[in-house]
Amino acid sequence: MENSKLKTFVRDYTIVIVIALLAVGFTIGNKNFFTVSNFLTIMRQSAIMGVCGVGLMFCMVTGSINLATGSFMSLTTVLVALWSVNWGQNWIIGMILAVIICTIIGFVMGEVIIRGNINPMIGSLAVKTILAGAAYLISGGLPIYGIPDESKWLGQGFIGIIPVPVVVLVVVAVIASIVFTKTYLGRKFFAAGSNDEAARLSGIRTKEIRIASFIVCGMLCGIAGCIQLGRMGSGQPAAGSEVEMNILAALIIGGVAIGGGEGKVLRAFCGVFLINMLTNGMTLMNVNQYWQQVVQGFVFLFAVLLEAYQHRPYVPKKAKEDKKAAAKT
Amino acid sequence: MSNQEVLLRLSHIEKSFPGVHALKDVSLEVRKGEVLALIGENGAGKSTLIKAITGAHAPDSGTIEFDGVTYDKMTPEIALQVGIGAIYQEFTQAPPLSVAENVFMNLRVNDGPFRDYALMCKKTKEITDKLGVDINPRALVKDLTVGYKQLVEISKALARNARFLIMDEPTAPLTDDEVELLFKIIRELKEQGMTIIYISHRLDELFEVSDRVTVMRDGEVVVTKDINEIDKPMLIKYMVGRELKESFPERDKHYGDVVLEVKDFCGETVGPVSFTLREGEILGFGGLVGAGRTELARAIFGADPQVSGELYVKGQKVHFKSSMEAIEHGLGYVSEDRKNQGVLQNMAVDFNISLPIIKKLSHMLLVNTKKEREIVQKQVDDMSIKTPSLKQRTSNLSGGNQQKVVLGKWLASESDILILDEPTRGIDVGSKQEIYKLINRLAEQGKAIIVISSEMEELLGLTDRMLVLYEGKCTGKLEKEEYSQEKVLQYASGELSL
Repeated sequence: MENSKLKTFVRDYTIVIVIALLAVGFTIGNKNFFTVSNFLTIMRQSAIMGVCGVGLMFCMVTGSINLATGSFMSLTTVLVALWSVNWGQNWIIGMILAVIICTIIGFVMGEVIIRGNINPMIGSLAVKTILAGAAYLISGGLPIYGIPDESKWLGQGFIGIIPVPVVVLVVVAVIASIVFTKTYLGRKFFAAGSNDEAARLSGIRTKEIRIASFIVCGMLCGIAGCIQLGRMGSGQPAAGSEVEMNILAALIIGGVAIGGGEGKVLRAFCGVFLINMLTNGMTLMNVNQYWQQVVQGFVFLFAVLLEAYQHRPYVPKKAKEDKKAAAKT
Repeated sequence: MSNQEVLLRLSHIEKSFPGVHALKDVSLEVRKGEVLALIGENGAGKSTLIKAITGAHAPDSGTIEFDGVTYDKMTPEIALQVGIGAIYQEFTQAPPLSVAENVFMNLRVNDGPFRDYALMCKKTKEITDKLGVDINPRALVKDLTVGYKQLVEISKALARNARFLIMDEPTAPLTDDEVELLFKIIRELKEQGMTIIYISHRLDELFEVSDRVTVMRDGEVVVTKDINEIDKPMLIKYMVGRELKESFPERDKHYGDVVLEVKDFCGETVGPVSFTLREGEILGFGGLVGAGRTELARAIFGADPQVSGELYVKGQKVHFKSSMEAIEHGLGYVSEDRKNQGVLQNMAVDFNISLPIIKKLSHMLLVNTKKEREIVQKQVDDMSIKTPSLKQRTSNLSGGNQQKVVLGKWLASESDILILDEPTRGIDVGSKQEIYKLINRLAEQGKAIIVISSEMEELLGLTDRMLVLYEGKCTGKLEKEEYSQEKVLQYASGELSL
């Protein structure tokens, strides 16, 4: 049994080896890659995606999906900037309000998608468009500059030597990890994603659980938006555009099952780190922006292929041999 | 009319699946232009036989002779070529496409790169005219009623020049009017020289449409007779008479209070049904496949809506809106579809067993894993579930052990009213005995148990009382003293009713 545990561990964290190999490659390509400051840069970027990713993970574990994560972030940065710059109000209250708004949007979105029996991929794509449009509307299409310097601490500051975003991520990840593995709520999230009907017959209200996952996702995307605001120092209606796909790809690389019922927070974060390191490394090696996009697309495709391979229908060994024998005759 | 020429001759067909001898030396002749009815209980081997004829299964031995040509085994390709068509209960249609497109699916009506839709429609019209029905070839299949969808299936077979049709329970989904129409069409087809094998659970129908009838039991052909040489009681006698091989363990019976009372209860497709269930009692739900037994169980368990009637659990009137409420009142349901509705395949054994009580096992959100392990380990030990560890993925367990996991789930949650839907389906013989013993032990402990089973012996051997359903309605109630295969089948086929 110990042996099989080790096997699972090795299989789960093969991604670490991939990260190491890539790191070696980038280090050879650019000597500035393997430095503490660059590592912190990657970590800071990963932290924002990571917080969002944990939110998306809640949705995915229940067998649903949310493609609006980036738009939630854009909207948050714009809302807080509007509140603190244009209206001159306290930024802390602004952030709290923005996170609350995101949570409410998550709730409404979940209600509509889950109770309305909409395919969550399509439903959340619609929500993404709505929120992105709203962010442009509110900001008039332009960035909102001049947010209070203190608010930038959340994105650019340090606690000791650790960047604040990383601290936030660690807190979020630890809490999520505890929820998933130690609480009965976590069990319900996984049960709903693993087999909806069986879970329902075991007394789990799977619809409510899925809606809850959208609420959590909205909230976490709001928090990620606040960090993003601090990091960029301005409200950007485009802050989160195109981020959704990267987050999704990162989670799939990080072993979160598309069909639900499977995923580990730490492993998922490895996926996020990998994606960000790839972008960072390519930028340092002066890879053309458009080429980067092409590479990202291929990485995404590869991740999905890998996922499909891992979740291929289980055929017992015996049946396989029988089939082979039958094919011969 | 009695053309003696044989179109299809099956000789000494044998087929075994792991653990089941499905067809035993089956020989059968179907004459040109006749309607042969094929009947038998659940699991008598009808479907396997049909699959051998259409080429879906290759028999282990024996030969199939069709129109003078002998084949060792049929393949779907040959079946199509020689003109064997089958109308299954599940239609093979593309609902968004038109009738004509479905009828000519994967067939060419004209040469050249572009299809001639007008011609396709014209040809479809010719076929439906032959059937004597009026369907617009351009209508979309999804807009048709079930009866007409079935006609599309028949037309589809005709478009492929079928000379021999197999109809598997064609009347099951139809309304009375539609059944009349179907019979008219069957007679029409017969006039035109079509040969038909007609499978049905409804004995009355056989006398209306068929020329001869073949009864199957336990994978064997029991008898083939002209329809006017036989009557319903005789048919039922032939269908039963099955030897009971399985031995069922004895148990102490002492009944307690009534814990479940159902009065004029209706689900969406089943009811009204009334019965009571006492502590320590095993009640059986009998009936043929599709009689509404599972639907009744699911409605009682709150998985499907209760439409009308009353439900009392331990004297308290309840109306479950979800399974969660049923579980809180001490009910547990083991589904017939273990793979999709019973266990969470990709989750561990302990995860599955503790799922319904996970909230109770928790303090301030956190699961008490020590207590969880104790409870799960107790179930694994009590039922001797064979698993290398509690963390084992359930999909790696055998069918019997997976079923025990599902049972363990309800025992761990201390459910005292258990509904077991086909508890031994897909389980090998040895494990079956274990499950029977387990069910007996639970009844001795005072649990009230409902067993749904399509296996006659299981139903007769295991239960104390029985409720028989036919097409969603309760047609019979039997006490242990009155048990006989014949009685059950009479109720189950709608021959007798209360």
